[in-house]
Amino acid sequence: MSLLELHQISKSYGEGPTAVRALAEIDLSVDEGHLVAIMGPSGSGKSTLLTIAGSLEEPTSGEVAIDGASLRAMSRNDKARLRRRTIGYVFQDFNLLPGLTAAENVALPLELDGVSARKAHQAGLAALEQLGLADRAGRYPDQLSGGERQRVAIARSVVGERKVLLADEPSGALDSTNGEAVMRMILDACKRGVAAVVVTHDAHLASWADRVIFLRDGRAVDHVAPDLSDSSLATPRA
Amino acid sequence: MSVRHAILALLSEGPKYGLQLQKEFESSTGEVWPLNIGQVYTTLQRLERDGLVESDEAENEGTQKGFHITDAGSTELSSWLNTPPDMTSPPRDELVIKVLSALRVPGVSVHDVIQVHRRYLIELMQQWTRLKEDEADFDLTFALVVDAELFRLDSVVRWLDTADGRLKRAASEPSVASTGPRLGRRLVVRR
Ligand SMILES: Nc1ncnc2c1ncn2[C@@H]1O[C@H](COP(=O)(O)OP(=O)(O)OP(=O)(O)O)[C@@H](O)[C@H]1O
Ligand SMILES: [Mg+2]
Repeated sequence: MSLLELHQISKSYGEGPTAVRALAEIDLSVDEGHLVAIMGPSGSGKSTLLTIAGSLEEPTSGEVAIDGASLRAMSRNDKARLRRRTIGYVFQDFNLLPGLTAAENVALPLELDGVSARKAHQAGLAALEQLGLADRAGRYPDQLSGGERQRVAIARSVVGERKVLLADEPSGALDSTNGEAVMRMILDACKRGVAAVVVTHDAHLASWADRVIFLRDGRAVDHVAPDLSDSSLATPRA
Repeated sequence: MSVRHAILALLSEGPKYGLQLQKEFESSTGEVWPLNIGQVYTTLQRLERDGLVESDEAENEGTQKGFHITDAGSTELSSWLNTPPDMTSPPRDELVIKVLSALRVPGVSVHDVIQVHRRYLIELMQQWTRLKEDEADFDLTFALVVDAELFRLDSVVRWLDTADGRLKRAASEPSVASTGPRLGRRLVVRR
């Protein structure tokens, strides 16, 4: 079942001759359990696509549906609930709350959603542990390295019962070992049925995806969805 | 891949038979590079000729010959391990030549050509990554070899991305768009 559906999405910023067309007629459908990567040069519209899919921004035209519900018909409150409960979002610049510890940041969406503080904290710790950050749980964001902050943001996006995970450059400040840990965490979420979209410049990350979509100047120009049973690698393992 | 030195490395652990060397070579490269037994024996013959290994006399007809490394072999192995491979001159890379050629062919979009190759490389990377997804049967040597391959392919993707961007920028800034006017300018300066 398709958890995220974008139909003919276009987005322009500004009006008249100075308008910037950030996205043009994008169709995208991501099923339960699937991981899609979006690649493309800087300015090609990747973040715009993600913010529209995450209901953080309105498209100029086109339709978005999440878990079968069209965003067009939703009130602001409905959308806020959707973002809290259904969508996990990793921003390009992480967006951690400075007054909360790593564990509190991760537990926050659960608490906002009515989970008891103790349970939320446990879930937060478990997610941090999976990314090798158990001993950083009590630190504040400004006491963490860039890569650690990024992993906290990722942990926050996967806790709870989210159905859709949207991540913008989730490996930006990570070395490749941690990048791989992050992708494994996202894949684990997919195995639990989450539909994930990852925006990335990094071909290593993209290679974890079931499908890769290439954007250029706001358009989807190509995609990769290989038949992985038909490996062409020259190795007996393949 | 230097089979010769890989075999010396395996013999540095102790004497071994040809068949054993074949098996260990394959498992020590994460079974990514198959090696046939004929190749093992030709390599051993050459190593023996060069005095880097010695064979033990087979005890009787039909038993396998064992091989051990000589002092000269150990010296050779150690110097090989510490000598960087020659990377001084750029290889004549077929993909680079294709992209450069695409610039010259009328009616061909170099960006489309770049995308064809980018897509292919990412597909290959997906296949390698699938191999390491299952951590259970993922041993250390295999992981190292898969990583090396992924980084090799990734570096090509990054070159394509950079070329794509550079060409796009050049097209939007006519002053650097083609080599034509620039060469002309240079000629004027020289005169
Ligand atoms: N709020 C805005 N107002 C005006 N233009 C915008 C706005 N946000 C984005 N844009 C423009 O839309 C285009 C797409 O931007 P977007 O952030 O989606 O790119 P991106 O693919 O995520 O790039 P990067 O890889 O650099 O993060 C760019 O030309 C950008 O300048
Ligand atoms: Mg962006």
